[in-house]
Amino acid sequence: MTTPKISLRNISKRFGAVTVLDGVSLDISSGSVVSIVGPSGSGKSTLLRCINLLEHIDDGELLLDGNDVSIPGFDPNIVRRRIGMVFQSYNLFPHMSVLDNITLALRRVLGLSRVAAQDRARELLARFSLSDKELSFPDQMSGGQQQRAAIARAVAMEPEVLLLDEITSALDPELVGEVLDVVRELRTVGMTIVLATHEMAFARDSSDLVCVLDQGRIIESGTPAQIFGAPQQERTQQFLQRVINSGRL
Amino acid sequence: MTVEPLSRRQLFERAQRRKSTLIAAASTSLIVLLVVVLIPKMPRWDRVRQSFFNAERFKDSFPRLLHAFVLDIKIFAWSVPFIVVLALLVAITRNSRSPALFPLRALAIAYTDIMRGVPVLLWIYLIGFGVPGLGMDRPWNSPLLWGSVALVLTYAAYVAEVFRAGIDGVHESQRAAARSLGLSNMQSLRFVVLPQAIRKVIPPLMNDLVSLQKDVALVSLIGPVEILRQAGIDKSKFANFTPYLAAAAIFLLLTIPLTRTTDWLIERERRRTSGTRVR
Repeated sequence: MTTPKISLRNISKRFGAVTVLDGVSLDISSGSVVSIVGPSGSGKSTLLRCINLLEHIDDGELLLDGNDVSIPGFDPNIVRRRIGMVFQSYNLFPHMSVLDNITLALRRVLGLSRVAAQDRARELLARFSLSDKELSFPDQMSGGQQQRAAIARAVAMEPEVLLLDEITSALDPELVGEVLDVVRELRTVGMTIVLATHEMAFARDSSDLVCVLDQGRIIESGTPAQIFGAPQQERTQQFLQRVINSGRL
Repeated sequence: MTVEPLSRRQLFERAQRRKSTLIAAASTSLIVLLVVVLIPKMPRWDRVRQSFFNAERFKDSFPRLLHAFVLDIKIFAWSVPFIVVLALLVAITRNSRSPALFPLRALAIAYTDIMRGVPVLLWIYLIGFGVPGLGMDRPWNSPLLWGSVALVLTYAAYVAEVFRAGIDGVHESQRAAARSLGLSNMQSLRFVVLPQAIRKVIPPLMNDLVSLQKDVALVSLIGPVEILRQAGIDKSKFANFTPYLAAAAIFLLLTIPLTRTTDWLIERERRRTSGTRVR
C-alpha cells in the first residue's frame, strides 16, 4: 500500500479547557477529495488549520508523505509551501490588486521573477474566468469573484494539497456554483483536496471520502454512498436529518 | 434636442440640494458678521489691535521669523525619520509573540510608559541640558542635537502606540492567509500587516506630526534661536505682540497645506481600492 499524502494520527487540540479535537486519525491518499462534514463547532476548521500548522497540535502526529512534520521546531513554512489553504471569508489582501495578491508569495516564497509570477497568475486568472479582474481590488469584486481569486492565489503556489475551509459559506446561493465549479475542475486535474463544508450535495457528488466530525471526533467515515446512503451512527443520521430538514440536501 | 423633463425624485433632490446650500451660506454669513461687527465694539479693542495686529511690526518681523523658521523645519525634518523608524521597532516589538522576546517586550512597554508619562518639555530640559553636561567634545555637546534627541524619544513613544493600534487593527485572518502561503513571520508583517496598518493610522499619525511641528519650538528653551525664540526677541525689542501673530501665521502656512494634502492622498487611496460608498 502506498504512503498516504497526509496522515493524521490521534491528533488532539485544546483551547484552554475546551477540547476541540479529540484524537482524530485520518489518512488522505494522493489525488483524493476528502470532505469533512459535521455540525457547527465540531472542529472542522480547527482540523484544517492544524493540517496547515496554523495551530499547534497538543497531541498526536501529522505526517506528510510519511514524515512527521508536527515535531517541535519543524519549520512550518516548508509544510505550508506544499499545502495551500482557502478560507471562508476569502482573506484576500485588501491593499493589493488581484494580480499582486497572487504574485506576492510566488515572488517572495518561491523566488519567481515578477514577469514569471505574473505569467503564472494570468494563466490561473484566465482558467478561473477572472482575466478582466487582475487590476481590481478585492473590495471591488463580488464574493464569488473574490473566492475564485483566493483559490487562484493558493493554487498558484502549486501545492500538493489544497485545504478548503467552508469556502462557500459566505456566498450568496447563486454564487456558490461558480466556486464549486472551480473545485470540480481542480479535482479533475488530480489535486488532493480536503474540504470542510456544509454543501452536502457537493460532498456527496464530488468526494472520494466523507468524514463526519462531531465534538472533535470522527464518528464515521466512508464513501459518499456509505455515509449518505447507509449511515451507521445514530448521530450521523441525526445530523443528516437536520441537513435534509433545512433543505440543504 | 429635447430636454428630458425631470422626474419627481430629481426635482425633490434638486430642491434639497438648493436648500442645503442656502442654509450653509446663511449660517456662515451670520457668524462672520457677528465676529466683524462685535469684536471691534469691545472696550479695549484699539489697544489690542495696536499690540497684536500691527501691520508695520508684522512686515518688519516676518522675514526674520521666516529665516528662523528654517531651523524648526530642519529639526522637524531630521527628527521624523528617526521617530518613524524607532516607533515602528517599538510597535513591532510589542506585538511580537515569541516567548524569547519577552525582555524586549517588557522594555518596549516600559519605554512607552515612561516617555509618554513625562511632559515633552521636561525631557528636553533633562536630555538637552543633562547630556551636554557630560562634557563631550563638539559636536556631541550641542543642545540642538540633544533637544532633537529628546523630541525623537518622546514622539517615538506616542507614534509607537499609533502603529501598535494599527497593527492590532489588521484582522488575524490576514496573517493566517499570509502564513498559509508560506510567507515567514517577518514577510507577513512587511508585505501584508504593516501596509494595511500604516494606511489605517495615517490620520492619527499626521495628528502627531502636526503636534511635533509645533513642539519643535520647545527646543528654543534650551538655547537654539528658532522661530518662537526669534518672535520673543522681536516682541521684547518693540514691546509689541505682533511677531507672535506672524509666527503663528508661518506655522499655519506649513501645517495647513500638509494636512490638506494628506487628507487628499488618503481619499485618493480609498477611492482607488474600495468598492461603492454609502451615501
